[in-house]
Amino acid sequence: MMEYSDKVLDHFSNPRNVGEIPDANAVGQVGNVVCGDIMKIYMKINDETEIIENIKFKTFGCGAAIATSSMATELVKGKSIKDALALTNKAVIEALEGLPPVKIHCSILAEDAIKKCLSDYYIRKGVDPVPIVGELKSHDDEVCSNGPLHIH
Amino acid sequence: MSEKRIIYADNAATTPLKKVALDAMMPYLTEQFGNPSGIYSYSKNAKNAIDESRAKIANAINAAEPSEILFTGSGSEGDNWAFKGIADIKKNKGKHIITSAIEHHAIIHTCDWLKTKGYDITYIPVDKYGRVDPKDVEAAIRSDTILISIIMANNEIGTIEPIAEIGIIAKTHKILFHTDAVQAAGHIPIDVQALNVDLLTISGHKFGGPKGIGVLYIKKGIRLTPLIHGGQQERNMRGGTENVAGIVGLAVALEDSVKHMQENTIKIRTISKKVITGLLKIPYTQLTGDPINRLPGTASFTFNFIEGESIMLMLNLNGICASSGSACSSGSLDPSHVLMAIGLPHEIAHGSVRLTFNEQNTEADADYIIEKIPTIIDKLREMSPVWEDHLKESKKKIVMV
Repeated sequence: MMEYSDKVLDHFSNPRNVGEIPDANAVGQVGNVVCGDIMKIYMKINDETEIIENIKFKTFGCGAAIATSSMATELVKGKSIKDALALTNKAVIEALEGLPPVKIHCSILAEDAIKKCLSDYYIRKGVDPVPIVGELKSHDDEVCSNGPLHIH
Repeated sequence: MSEKRIIYADNAATTPLKKVALDAMMPYLTEQFGNPSGIYSYSKNAKNAIDESRAKIANAINAAEPSEILFTGSGSEGDNWAFKGIADIKKNKGKHIITSAIEHHAIIHTCDWLKTKGYDITYIPVDKYGRVDPKDVEAAIRSDTILISIIMANNEIGTIEPIAEIGIIAKTHKILFHTDAVQAAGHIPIDVQALNVDLLTISGHKFGGPKGIGVLYIKKGIRLTPLIHGGQQERNMRGGTENVAGIVGLAVALEDSVKHMQENTIKIRTISKKVITGLLKIPYTQLTGDPINRLPGTASFTFNFIEGESIMLMLNLNGICASSGSACSSGSLDPSHVLMAIGLPHEIAHGSVRLTFNEQNTEADADYIIEKIPTIIDKLREMSPVWEDHLKESKKKIVMV
């Protein structure tokens, strides 16, 4: 079993912001089921203030995937788009008081999920997201072989 | 809050040491400390204890002679020794080995290593229940085949393989036959003569014995190159001062397990059956492994739309100790080779959970597990975008109908 920090276990067992937003004006999903991690983020962004007024997530994945989703949404909730775009996976890891090395990719996925969602916000408005959000990494064709599992 | 209840349901990973084993071991951890190779009384007592243990183990698996029981440091060592020892001594006869797609990593990784030394390995596939077809084994035999090795009972899904049938095939073709009986020993009957096996691996801690001790049964007349060179221990076949207490503990635990096997099997089956029946009521849940011909204590499942490590963490928060074959539980990104071999798609294999019971579990444990797990599955599915998509798809279908 992974050695998780108390903070990770807290966000895993009591995840913040789980759910859907029916009238979301931005939705982003990253990851794929073959690799075992999918994060989907919903946002309600105020068009005038560009503040993320509400954010929800749904995640298929391990404890770290759920905890990083919870923490990432917590870190950008109520923030401006500009602040949300500045969120790094490092900040998520720090806020969670660390992640096991093999789980770092979960924090990257969480950062990318936020960016994908913000891209969608601009796409819906007919604005090219690339100059604002940057190029997004595709997780769809990710090679997930990293050596076999050992169950005793 | 009431005191946290802990249910240990990971007996395929390891078992608690039996009291009878501990009691038998204690003298050899304290006053009877002698090196069995000496000539004084301390040594004689230790040597006698080893001899008696060898006889007990031989009796437990119906070996013809106690000298066919060789002690190792673990189940993995036994598997390594059988493969590397036979591969080396038979290298002039041939370099082809037949094994299954669902072996333990002690064998899979040994085969990977042997491949780098020029050996050719055939992995016999299994059906959806994890069963090896003996006909496939026979069809894979070549003139240069030197060893057949098929696991007796799988560690992840509990399927029991047709070892006796494969034993006859190996005997007919005069090919050495090894079986990894690490999960089987002490849990299902083993008769090495009736099964026609030439080599068989056992690990002490899977049936109430101590860790760090194993057995490789080597039928009389079979030679293999030692893995550990050193002193004259184990008939010059395995160097290293004997783990006397470990040997005594393994022998007593195995003897005790065999003695109580019938009554314990009934008890354990009742518990695992209850858990299986209870958990299969959860929608989109499957039992993995052979539904009938399986280890009595193994209850292994896949729960669709969610991931195994998060299930295990939730189980742990509820005091239930279990295992998963999901990728995330290991740090690797691929689900286990066993779940892949039985044909599960990645997304389903990711949601695997294994609960393994022994005679110390109770029906109350089963009740607690089948009370807690549905809530855990619901909670994780509520969080899962894959479940959300599934529900939307189902709604669409209903509307279309």
